[in-house]
Amino acid sequence: MEALTNRVKEVNRKPMTFIERLYIPSILKGMAITFSHMFKKQPTIRYPEKKREFSPVFRGLHVLNRDEEGRERCTACGLCAVACPAEAITMEGAERLPGEEKLYREEKYAAKYEINMLRCIFCGLCEEACPKEAIFLSETFAPANYTRNGFIYGKEDLVIPNPITDPEGFAKAKGPSRSN
Amino acid sequence: MSDTPLFKVTIDNISIEVPAGTTILNAARIIGGDVAPPAMCYYSKLEGSGGKCRTCLVEVSKGSEKDPRPMPKLVASCRTTVMDGMEVKNITSPKVVDARASIVEFLLLNHPLDCPICDQAGECHLQDLSYEHGKDGTRYEFQRRTFKKQDLGKYIQLHMTRCILCYRCVYTADQISNKRSHGVLDRGDHSEIATFIEKSLDNNFIGNVIDVCPVGALTDKTFRFKNRVWFLKPMDAHRDCPACSGKVTLWNRGDEVYRVTARKDQWGEVEEWICNDCRFENKKSTDWIIEGPRLIDRHSVISQGHYAGKIGLTMPTETFSAVHHGRQPKLLMDIHSVSEVNQTDIDLSSINGPAHSNNFNSNKD
Repeated sequence: MEALTNRVKEVNRKPMTFIERLYIPSILKGMAITFSHMFKKQPTIRYPEKKREFSPVFRGLHVLNRDEEGRERCTACGLCAVACPAEAITMEGAERLPGEEKLYREEKYAAKYEINMLRCIFCGLCEEACPKEAIFLSETFAPANYTRNGFIYGKEDLVIPNPITDPEGFAKAKGPSRSN
Repeated sequence: MSDTPLFKVTIDNISIEVPAGTTILNAARIIGGDVAPPAMCYYSKLEGSGGKCRTCLVEVSKGSEKDPRPMPKLVASCRTTVMDGMEVKNITSPKVVDARASIVEFLLLNHPLDCPICDQAGECHLQDLSYEHGKDGTRYEFQRRTFKKQDLGKYIQLHMTRCILCYRCVYTADQISNKRSHGVLDRGDHSEIATFIEKSLDNNFIGNVIDVCPVGALTDKTFRFKNRVWFLKPMDAHRDCPACSGKVTLWNRGDEVYRVTARKDQWGEVEEWICNDCRFENKKSTDWIIEGPRLIDRHSVISQGHYAGKIGLTMPTETFSAVHHGRQPKLLMDIHSVSEVNQTDIDLSSINGPAHSNNFNSNKD
């Protein structure tokens, strides 16, 4: 039969010689390869003690951003929810009352905002859709949990710490490459 | 009407015969599709409307059979009637495309672009217009004019900053109610839709100004900030109303009626005016006889997420127990036991006006 490609290799089906049947040269060869790796650079890190740096474009857990005065930027416009291919985002909007100007940037804000992390695929389309630069994907993982209930992230989990009252938490939540 | 002569008019190389006296815009709408120029101020149900926004400008390349000279300038198609043998260029004319982009830039000069908080977003004609015909940016460098938001009565919210002065609401109040109490005050850059010294509008049909408004200047206060239109299910429904036809579109979430509007045709115009009772006071699903889902154009964001274009009443049938010999699926988590959104004890549709922080906080332990 004619070969389809020129990469065909004939299999050597000759019976093994005595030396080959001892396997000792092969074992030594393998041991030498293993030993040589002791002097090479480790490709892994010791995870919980040491953490790898993320790429600046890493898409991790969401944060709801605040502006420089510490007011929430989200206006519950629903564009993230409509852009979300996994339909993980739900929200309810409310009108800002007089006296709440320090809390919310615009006259409408998200009273409830939830991301179902079980549904989320971390595609970052919500970040792309946001007209108010309110939602960002940070450089952290969603932590593991024993129950599913812990994966419904509400506003208390998502909103970034206030940059005025808690600047350290704010910088930490923003991530090392985005804290400028 | 049988004695009116038929005029042959060619719009974008498509010929059509229309009775004399028809405007170019209406002739183009008979052809339909992309040929029909956009209109922000013209409203076929309102007498005298049109000629203000200039978005419907077209080029007349041949005046008529008898006088084949082209018209020297672009004309507003909503106010120009057809002549026999007239040739009109709409999207085939680069002049028109260019002029329309400039018109959009003019209309957006003072527009605040607060679409993320505007309730009209998703069904706003100005959004559609600027998306289809506008340019990316503006060259305007000055402060935009600002106005305070006003309450016109307990149902209608006026955001004058968003207004493009199309006069539709003024004509509506003139023609379907017997006494108009709002109009356009001041001139030029200062002109604004206003009731003189902030009177409230309380005619029984005044709610229709919300539907005719092409932008978010006049919005429904009972629906304010409740939800975005593209998350709601539009349903055709009717009720026995003594004042109006009672034929409306309900905007539901689940069984909650969030908003009631008149039914709108393919040009975004109201089919039948509805009264304030229907629009604002009947927010229970038991008040209405639901006819079925309203057909929404598939290019609209409102049809987004409604799979296969079906925004239906029918829930998909659960097949699990049928194929597993009657065994029910084991639920690992009921989302409603965890989620704080759309809780059953907070009935947003029953709140008369926008929700505030106290509506949500009062339920917390």
